[in-house]
Amino acid sequence: MDTILFFIFAIIAVVCGLNLVLQKHPISSALSLIGVMGSLAVLYLMLGAEFLAAAQVIVYAGAIMVLFVFVIMLLNAGSEKPGGKSWFAQIAGIPLLLAFIAVMGFVIETFLPALRSVRFGSFAGGTAREIGRVLFTEYLLPFEVTSVLILIAILGAVVLARKEID
Amino acid sequence: MHHVPLSWYLILSAILFALGIAGFIYRKNIITVFMSIELMLNAVNLSFVAFAYQLRQVDGQIYAFFVMVVAAAEAAVGLAIILTVFKNRKTLQIDEIDSMKL
Amino acid sequence: MTFIVVSLIKIAIVMAFFMTVLAYLQWIERKVLSHIQLRVGPRRVGPHGLLQPLADTLKLFLKEDLMPAHVNRFLYRLAPAVAVFLCLLSVAVFPFGPEIEIFGVRTQMQITDLNIGILFVLAVTSVGVYGIAIGGWASNNKYSLMGGLRSAAQMISYELPMGLAIIAPLLMLNSLSFREMVNNQAGYSLGFIPRWTVFQYPFPQVFGFIIYLIAAFAETNRIPFDLPEAENELVAGYHTEYSSMKFAGYFMAEYANMTTVCCIAALLFLGGWHPLFPAPYSNLVPVVVFVVVAALAFFHGLQPARKWDNITFPIVGVIALILAGLFFVPVLNTILIPIFWFLSKVGLLLFVFIWVRGTLPRFRYDQLMRFAWTFLFPVALINLLVTGLLVAVTTGH
Repeated sequence: MDTILFFIFAIIAVVCGLNLVLQKHPISSALSLIGVMGSLAVLYLMLGAEFLAAAQVIVYAGAIMVLFVFVIMLLNAGSEKPGGKSWFAQIAGIPLLLAFIAVMGFVIETFLPALRSVRFGSFAGGTAREIGRVLFTEYLLPFEVTSVLILIAILGAVVLARKEID
Repeated sequence: MHHVPLSWYLILSAILFALGIAGFIYRKNIITVFMSIELMLNAVNLSFVAFAYQLRQVDGQIYAFFVMVVAAAEAAVGLAIILTVFKNRKTLQIDEIDSMKL
Repeated sequence: MTFIVVSLIKIAIVMAFFMTVLAYLQWIERKVLSHIQLRVGPRRVGPHGLLQPLADTLKLFLKEDLMPAHVNRFLYRLAPAVAVFLCLLSVAVFPFGPEIEIFGVRTQMQITDLNIGILFVLAVTSVGVYGIAIGGWASNNKYSLMGGLRSAAQMISYELPMGLAIIAPLLMLNSLSFREMVNNQAGYSLGFIPRWTVFQYPFPQVFGFIIYLIAAFAETNRIPFDLPEAENELVAGYHTEYSSMKFAGYFMAEYANMTTVCCIAALLFLGGWHPLFPAPYSNLVPVVVFVVVAALAFFHGLQPARKWDNITFPIVGVIALILAGLFFVPVLNTILIPIFWFLSKVGLLLFVFIWVRGTLPRFRYDQLMRFAWTFLFPVALINLLVTGLLVAVTTGH
């Protein structure tokens, strides 16, 4: 059951990721990215990170990607123009990417110490209660710093996107 | 085999990261490029969560949580920049946004 | 094995009930609206227009399914499906009553109890905006696009006060699972005030409840916040180009979303299935309600104002009496009484939605945004801070 679920959602994630790269229109890419995020949320759930799975859908798919889709619809700039790619990227791009994946796979399989096999429900540390406890005790300072970062980001976004005062 | 080894999750993460790189390099639409960055962040998050599972510690998940928060801030500012760029240049093709001055 | 069978039965019951409610909600809405506007509403199909939902569904089935030129075909088909799928998904975690025992099988009156139930619902509703946004974009029509854009902006803006309004009662209930949340609202303080979060010590969530309701109106695109489909500005907004079953999908999604937000409000703020009065009296309330309904129906049946009234009203009266009788059956009443209280709360909230639609005008778009960001959001934040402070002080952490 675990294996079937993993394969279903891993394949969805990879296909959606490919679609993101291959689609010409940004809105198709955005929807594929939502597909990747949704399937990653399921994988998080299988790894025992239930709070993170919910946060993934709420924050990433429900807020960040809505913002992307909103901007794409607002600008309505249409599909990408073809051409203009460098010869090096066209020839060496795919082999280099495959090489990267192969190297990573090799590193993961050989250099890492013995990895567990994933059994759904064997690790239940990702509950909202546990995340909250760790976040507000050990990681309190980073948490506060991120909130300042978000405040800065809000101010920056407002300043950048407001209408010019004539 | 009834259970998935954790390394498969890590390899999936590597594949998604590679796809993010590919999108970042191949695509010419500034929004798609930005979305490829988000894909890479997601791939990294998956390996954080996988390592959290391996070490039976919640810290990895907290890192992933911080990545999410920073990605939200990044998206807000980045999209505001894209809006401004489009307002001034009337294009989203990154090759055409190549002059420092209008 | 029993788990799967029981789950399938529960899903079947809940879905059948939910779909009927959705179909008849539209009939109720038309009836209530027309009575607010001094009309009679649908009356032709069946007694008092009761078969109108069936007729409408049949009509939508038989209509031509238009595919406008220059639309993005894949996304155009996908969007209504996404809308319907996501709005039906959240029903899976709502509890309708306590644990019960039927034919020796103990089960919860709920399809499944997630320990992150409220997060699940928030996730599903926050993704629900894509159905509308993508539909508006794929239609390739400026009015649809405007509707989709407005909807996306509106839903992002109102999700914030809604989320903050939800967090405040969560602080008091100390759980994310709907079942535990409702269980923590059981009992009565001072012997008669129910310990629902709207009334609960240390900080009654009255403000939170009002903020939630206002945000819920915006999240479901209902009047006074129905800017995405404002008919005198945008034709029909995001579903201008949709016809036949795809239109029906959007229509159903709107009512399903409305029911969902009302269920959340009932579970989170109004104590779920817990009755308003302590036990011995509260068990008589459903009986009294149905007997009063029966009496009213018989009274009107004796003085028929319209043709057929002397037949249809007594039938309604008899049905109400039978329902009242069911509450005296010993096995059934443990099941029926919680369901009665839960449904009456949800029904009351749904009535408020319809009532507001009949009475309030539509906001202007800039008013809508200013209201969210300069009034609702700060108030929700203050409500959350005060709640958090009082909970921390009273629990002594």
